[in-house]
Amino acid sequence: MDSILYKEEKMAIEGVEIVKAAAFIGAGLAMGLGAIGPGVGEGMVAAKACEAIGRNPKEAGLLTRTMLVGQAVSESTGIYSLVIALLLLFVV
Amino acid sequence: MNVDVQTVVEVAAYVGGGLAMGFGAVGAAIGEGYTAARANLAISRNPDISGDIFKNMLVGQAVAESASIFALVIAILLLFVDVPVPSVLKAAALLAAGLSMGFGAIGSGVGSGYPGGEACFGIAKQPQIASQLTTNMLIGSAVCQTPAIFSMVVALMLMFIDFGAAPLQPTWAAYLGAGLSMGLAAIGSGYGGGLAAGASCEGISRQPKTAASVTTIMLVGQAVSQTPSIFGLLVSFILMFKSFPESTALSAAMALLAAGICMGFGGIGPGIGNGMAAEGAVRWVARNVEHAGDLMRIMLVGQAVSQSTAIYAMVVSLVLIFVV
Repeated sequence: MDSILYKEEKMAIEGVEIVKAAAFIGAGLAMGLGAIGPGVGEGMVAAKACEAIGRNPKEAGLLTRTMLVGQAVSESTGIYSLVIALLLLFVV
Repeated sequence: MNVDVQTVVEVAAYVGGGLAMGFGAVGAAIGEGYTAARANLAISRNPDISGDIFKNMLVGQAVAESASIFALVIAILLLFVDVPVPSVLKAAALLAAGLSMGFGAIGSGVGSGYPGGEACFGIAKQPQIASQLTTNMLIGSAVCQTPAIFSMVVALMLMFIDFGAAPLQPTWAAYLGAGLSMGLAAIGSGYGGGLAAGASCEGISRQPKTAASVTTIMLVGQAVSQTPSIFGLLVSFILMFKSFPESTALSAAMALLAAGICMGFGGIGPGIGNGMAAEGAVRWVARNVEHAGDLMRIMLVGQAVSQSTAIYAMVVSLVLIFVV
């Protein structure tokens, strides 16, 4: 009887351990893979903004503003990844 | 089945050697192929100076080759490494060394093909500035190799530093994380640096008198593109040298492995993005050199925003290492 109880208790602890371990791996993957898209996308925006300023330097202010707004929108998926990673680390 | 520790170490070293050379061959081959393709195009455009173009192609390919030569060196070392005190921990470190070098050579190999190709094409357009283009190509592709060199340094440290009597649990995961963090984060920076260097060779061949401004902005852009790989190096140093208290909990090991994966993948995108931004700026400094200051400013602002996701990834990695 004792041994069965002991086993069940041990299994329960292992279950919690596995969930915790999976949450950590999930957080790492969420933030790691989630950072790829925004990084590349924002780089494309910046490259095209450089091109546009090179073609029409008079509009540098307007183009900088447009670039930053575009990048901010592209950033949003990176922020979603960060939120999910932090939720996995501290809440779940 | 009875497996002793010596066998485990040998298995890890051979698998690590295979991964180092297998992945390490991907990048340089693609980069050199691009150089050769552009050289063919250049010779068809200006067959009279095919000798100069051919010479430049070989020099450019030789630099691109260095990333995979680093991988070859690490693979050979892993095949013949002599482990005085075999342990499962050492096995993890050898496997991690292979991962670091294998992934780390991909970006630099592909990236340093671009300046080679653009320099060949530029020589066809402007044969009189051939030596200037070759010099710029060499500077650009040498900087592209930095992430591969970081990866080689981490691989050598994992192979040869005696980490003492660290507890197997969870240190094995820290070593694997260190290898992945450095190897994966080097991919983006190497590739991104190559985009900037390629654009600078193209720009100088278009407007040779802008060479000084173009080379300057190329180096600034490449330096910023290297940042994600430096974050990867930082996280892998922390994982290698921080001592972790012994813990048989699965979650302690997985947190360290996840820290490496997070920083590694998180460095890829910003590295490529920063390189794209630098490419755009370099290209347009050559076309509109009076506004080089404006272009430099917008490039740096754009790169800073693109960098932010690498910083998030580093924050999550550091939380995984130090907080949870």
